[in-house]
Amino acid sequence: MDDLTALTASAIAAHVRGRALSAREVTDRFLARAAQSNPVLGAYLLLDADGARVAADAVDARLARGEDPGPLAGVPVAVKDVIVTRGLVTTAGSRMLAGWVPPYDATVVERLRAAGAIVLGKTACDEFAMGSTTEHAAVGTCVNPWDPSRVPGGSSGGSAVAVAAGAAALALGTDTGGSIRQPASLCGVVGWKPTYGRVSRWGAIAFASSLDQIGPMATTVRDAALALEVIAGGDPRDATSLDQPAPSLLDALDHGVAGLTIGVPREYRPDDLDADVAAALERAVAVLRDAGASVREVSLPHTRYALPAYYVIAPAEAASNLARYDGVRFGHRAADATTLEQLYARSRAEGFGPEVKRRIMIGTYVLQAGAYDAYYRQAQQVRARIRGDFDAAFTQVDAILAPVTPTPAWPRGASPAPLDQYRADVFTLACNLAGLPGLAVPCGATATGLPVGVQILGRALDESTVGRVGAAIERAVGPAPRAPWPAEGGHP
Amino acid sequence: MAKVLAADEVRALAHLARLEIEPRDVERLAHELGEILDHVACLGEVDTAGVEPMTHAVAMTLRLRDDVPGPCLPPLDGGVVVPAIIGGD
Repeated sequence: MDDLTALTASAIAAHVRGRALSAREVTDRFLARAAQSNPVLGAYLLLDADGARVAADAVDARLARGEDPGPLAGVPVAVKDVIVTRGLVTTAGSRMLAGWVPPYDATVVERLRAAGAIVLGKTACDEFAMGSTTEHAAVGTCVNPWDPSRVPGGSSGGSAVAVAAGAAALALGTDTGGSIRQPASLCGVVGWKPTYGRVSRWGAIAFASSLDQIGPMATTVRDAALALEVIAGGDPRDATSLDQPAPSLLDALDHGVAGLTIGVPREYRPDDLDADVAAALERAVAVLRDAGASVREVSLPHTRYALPAYYVIAPAEAASNLARYDGVRFGHRAADATTLEQLYARSRAEGFGPEVKRRIMIGTYVLQAGAYDAYYRQAQQVRARIRGDFDAAFTQVDAILAPVTPTPAWPRGASPAPLDQYRADVFTLACNLAGLPGLAVPCGATATGLPVGVQILGRALDESTVGRVGAAIERAVGPAPRAPWPAEGGHP
Repeated sequence: MAKVLAADEVRALAHLARLEIEPRDVERLAHELGEILDHVACLGEVDTAGVEPMTHAVAMTLRLRDDVPGPCLPPLDGGVVVPAIIGGD
């Protein structure tokens, strides 16, 4: 095979299980691509070549003994650096956790390994997953492999870039307000945010606990479904994980969309919607109609309140979750503090970056006595309204089709005001507030070749329908091609 | 005109959040935080009378696990041996 890194995860697993390829040769080839592309793209914060080779050899040894290493046998996986990995430095992109070596694997990592997957390394992200560009990080510069002058999106930017560039066959991201779907869309890959509680978060560094969810990123819907089947399912170690078996998704992908009704919310089609994003949405509508679905308009009337509700609830939960970083138990500790109070405040000031501090302060504000009812409680009530909008829509339609981002990938370093940056997530946040599954799939490109995606939102726990719709779009439009940067052995 | 927090309010918040801030950052934060709070103030427009606050994404009862011992760290002299987690040594 000429280029192993162009194979899908499903194909790799099939070849490795059938012993047409060894896990070791696949791993070596992906490690080489990761090492060659990383100076340009910055997808990885850490590559664990030795650990990956040991794991690959173990898979090959199991095959030699006649055992089945599992459905992801030999599949190279990249893991976002907010998900802990035993013995591998995990920083959440923050100076606060520089050099921290977790003593255990997150449940999702444990499940990937048990299914035969090979962890290649840890990927770049916005600090503690707070951001939409992967620029808000203490270390590293991660760029879009379709145009290195542009952002990859975020916060799971490194995971999207690794998959788009063939530096991993699969990746894990986390999605609190769009952080899987948005970078997937900007980098031309598939990103799947499962229903809240579908996937265990034991070992995911917490940002906003009522919103955070781990999910897969891949080059095809089938690969993402394969990974989701492996990582999903209740976990006694995460009290918020749903006591539900992992869904069976792969068969559903071939069922097509004939007879399904798909809703396009009118609030997600504002008059000033970017022309390329609008074109991708129209393309998806046409494709789904051709495939036998009925497409109609629906309304989610509280859509405009999703952004403000999110920017009360997520910072409030972040302020609470990040209180644990106090310079005492673990993480960065200020060297020159003379009182305990100063140790807390200085360690946190030195360890956190500006965006994280901003959100902690907003969260602290809205939780104050006197502000709590007007901001926090009101936001939670508005959240119930937003969920109510979806519940009403899903009495009329089986799935919802929407844009992922307001524009294709924008230039790096643009650094607009915080509020303008937050608007990048305007189409993705409501899904998290409502706890629903959302799948971003590539759906064409701009005239200059930047990928543009669309997302499919579904009823809680109905990943199956979401996957069917995504697969139908993918069948008609085709997965995005391999990103051009950096070309093997030089620039394109 | 966007909301701007008072300098004292910014300093009080920073204290509550246990974040040391530089005097030069106070004015910038007063504007940034004010702008964000201004934006979220529109939540007040929504009629939420009688709406139960949604505290979690799905209505669920937190699951309990069986009270059985799992793998433990190795004991030593009345304590336990923990792996190095900082700096690798």
